[in-house]
This record gives sequence, C-alpha cells and structure tokens, in this order.
Amino acid sequence: MDIKVLKVGIVSCSGEALPEGTVSRVASRKVLDELRPGQTVTICLPLFIAGGKEEREFASKFPTVTVDGCEKMCAAKSTEKLSGKPAKSLMIKEILKKQGISGLKQCRGLGPAEKVASDVVADEIAKAVDEALE
Amino acid sequence: MSSSKKKVVVLPCSGIGKTLGTVGREIAYELIEDLRPRVTTTTCLPLLMIEDPDAKKLVTDNPVITIDGCPFGCARKSVESIGVTVSKGYRAIDFCKTHRDLKPEGIVELNEAGKKLVVLAAQEVAEEVDRLVSEEKS
Repeated sequence: MDIKVLKVGIVSCSGEALPEGTVSRVASRKVLDELRPGQTVTICLPLFIAGGKEEREFASKFPTVTVDGCEKMCAAKSTEKLSGKPAKSLMIKEILKKQGISGLKQCRGLGPAEKVASDVVADEIAKAVDEALE
Repeated sequence: MSSSKKKVVVLPCSGIGKTLGTVGREIAYELIEDLRPRVTTTTCLPLLMIEDPDAKKLVTDNPVITIDGCPFGCARKSVESIGVTVSKGYRAIDFCKTHRDLKPEGIVELNEAGKKLVVLAAQEVAEEVDRLVSEEKS
C-alpha cells in the first residue's frame, strides 16, 4: 500500500557566524510560512543534535530536506547520522554559484544581496519539498 | 594564546521556530557587531556537535556565554557536551520577564518591542562580557 507523505521536515543550518547561515534561516522560514505552509515543519537543528526525541522521531519517519550554509554540512551530516538519509541535501554556496549570486556580507538582517539569495534558496527548498512529497 | 588575546564567545540558540530564538540570536549580534566588537565572537552552534576542531578549540580556549531561546537549553548543552563549562548561561525568557512591557514578536524580523528588548538585554550581557574580560586580564 502506498502511503502518501503529508509533511516534510526542513533542517536548516543555523550558521550564526556566516551570511549563508542567515540566508538559510530566512529562506527556510519563507518556505514554512509562505511557499509551502502546511506541508512543511522546521526541525530545530541544535535540538535535533542535542537529543530532541520528537525531532529525531519525525526525521526518521518523514522525509527531510537539509539546507546547509557551508561545505561543513552540519545539517546533512547530523540528519543522516541521527535519523537517516535526507530526501534532499541543499548547499547554499552551490546554489548561489549556479545562479551567479555572490557578495553576501551580512550575518545580521538582509541586505539587497542577501535578500535575493534568500528568495532563490527558498525556491530551491520548495522544489525539493515538492519532490519529496511526490 | 595569551590572555590579552582571548575573546568572549557568545553562542545563541539557533532555532528558527520561535521568537525567543531570534531574540537570543539578535542579542548576540548586538554584542558582537555593536556593543563589544573587539572582545566578542561567535561560531555556529552545530559545529560543536559535529566535532569541528576549530569550533571546539575556540570554545575550549575562551570564556563562553550562552543565550538560549527555549527550555531545552541547546546552546548550553552543546557546550557542556564537549566538556566545557559555560561562564554564564542566559535564557531569553528571563529578559522578557524583566521587561514585561516589551513583548517580542516575529521570527525573521522582530517587532519594535523585540528590538528594544534586544538592546536592553545586550547591555546587560555586555556587563558580563566586561567582567569576564577583566577576569582574563587579572
């Protein structure tokens, strides 16, 4: 019997020390609040790693999309280690490189470059959510 | 590393699900970028949990302040999980209790009350930063 997947967990890099971390957070929130509300939930990465039972259970039963700000891939690695392979792993630097977007500087708040980057990344997350729900 | 080169590491909650996570993060940015830029720094919290050597070294070699957004206390727990005792652990909710007239709202961006709360809270944390810096020098 086919079981329809109703929700996808988004595990976002928290990356306080990087502009890409902020882009990751803002883009993930845009998907949760505007692009795919009702189909997505956020999984708090530090809580997930620190032993959050509900977070780990959700991620082991439902598909996840991880969104990482840098090549250290904390979100993807942690999800795979603790709950299973993500349905899709996105890396912001790769997405932005493909789109020719550069010059991110701000960690706090969004400047023009960070705003454009957040919108582009949010669209990529939404696509990954749709694929996971198919 | 000599004591004079030490910085206070400010590690906020990283959550994107609750307003108080944003309050914690904004307090950290207020300190690092505006109030005490020369003596504070931060790192990405999950790096500690994937055993990133640079992040672990930073937290091990310097005094650490955590600012948690929810009762789970992930920021503090993440530091303690690598065997480091935090110098001071704050909870964003306690700043709200102190300033009950300022009710923060919003996650991507805080409302005006939330922004005012952040500034007041960061000033309080800055005093602790100063105390830790002076302790390191003595």
